[in-house]
Amino acid sequence: MNESTRREFLFQTGKLLVLSGAASIAWDAVAAGAPADAPNYTMTEHWWAMVIDVEKCIGCGNCVRACKAENNVPLEPYYFRTWVERYVVDPEDIEHPIVDSPNGAYDGFPELTLSNPNVKTFFVPKLCNHCANSPCVQVCPVGATFDSPDGVVLVDKERCLGCRYCVQACPYGCRYIDPRTNTVDKCTLCYHRITKGLLPACVEVCPTAARQLGDLKNPNDPIHAFLRTHKVQVLKPQMATGSKTYYNGLDGSVR
Amino acid sequence: MSSRQDRAHLVRVAALFGGALILFFVARAVLVPKDFGIYGHYRAGALADARARPIAYAGQAACVECHGDVGDLRKTSSHAHVACESCHGPLATHASGDDATRPGRPNGRTTCMRCHLASLSKPAKFPQIVLKDHADDGPCIACHQPHAPKL
Repeated sequence: MNESTRREFLFQTGKLLVLSGAASIAWDAVAAGAPADAPNYTMTEHWWAMVIDVEKCIGCGNCVRACKAENNVPLEPYYFRTWVERYVVDPEDIEHPIVDSPNGAYDGFPELTLSNPNVKTFFVPKLCNHCANSPCVQVCPVGATFDSPDGVVLVDKERCLGCRYCVQACPYGCRYIDPRTNTVDKCTLCYHRITKGLLPACVEVCPTAARQLGDLKNPNDPIHAFLRTHKVQVLKPQMATGSKTYYNGLDGSVR
Repeated sequence: MSSRQDRAHLVRVAALFGGALILFFVARAVLVPKDFGIYGHYRAGALADARARPIAYAGQAACVECHGDVGDLRKTSSHAHVACESCHGPLATHASGDDATRPGRPNGRTTCMRCHLASLSKPAKFPQIVLKDHADDGPCIACHQPHAPKL
């Protein structure tokens, strides 16, 4: 083998590497900036999160009713994309709270009858935590559930097999099998609304602003100030799910 | 060293392997959607599917576009941050100009009680009503204007 052939070979290989790298970067840019139906919405400019202020929730169930109406969630059997739990906790035994959520709080809560008046009690709204490292996404065998580029965990109903792996994997119990389609269903953070500049239905109707939508990629979003100035917590931090649903005033008894 | 006869079985295995490989790629091309893997291990079209859903709640901004008078009334009241559709229900079809769908007139008692009925679980500073200490069985809106409820 002579010297000039080797030089030529190295030059051609280098050219190929540079060109293919540039092409892949260019393709990513083209793909990310071209959502067909929402011309003013660029996915890569957003990273959605939710703030739940437990100290403001009054357990009215407005969010639960609005979610079912907005997203056509079956009324019965009692499946939910969001629901509200009522905790009754003996302050000296926080590991054994009494939790109820009749119909997910769709009709509110019945009057509380306490045998022991020395308890603390409060409401905790629950929904998909839109984790950055979702266990449900990791277990899906067909790529039917995924993290969108703007940080929302979504389901592809066309690809879902209904195998239920993700229902078991979610540590927060946020998924159910829709009996009408036999595919999985869950909170989409009202993806059809937030991509149009509207609030999720539950946030829209919450009368006390206990629920707030936040865009972590928008430096002017008030969520940054809120997270900085409040003592917030995510659910089950030991699971390392990268949850993006931040709870303010969360009691240690909440599971 | 190896005769043509000795190599024949290798050729058959190679052909079988090649055939299986071709079958695999054909099946893959047919079964995997074209837009799979553009953003990640999923079908890119699923994002558009999720966006395509029609809205049911019009949003506060759409309501006050026409009903500015009620919007102004609420602005200084304790219900300033309660969205119209919290009590009146989902009204996107009404907001898009369909006059046939009218906003529901909330029941002047049960709608109020969903939020304001006293409960130990509610935050202490939220205004709550102990019914037997408050008033008779009449509708709340007999005394309170719901858009500016303070008497």
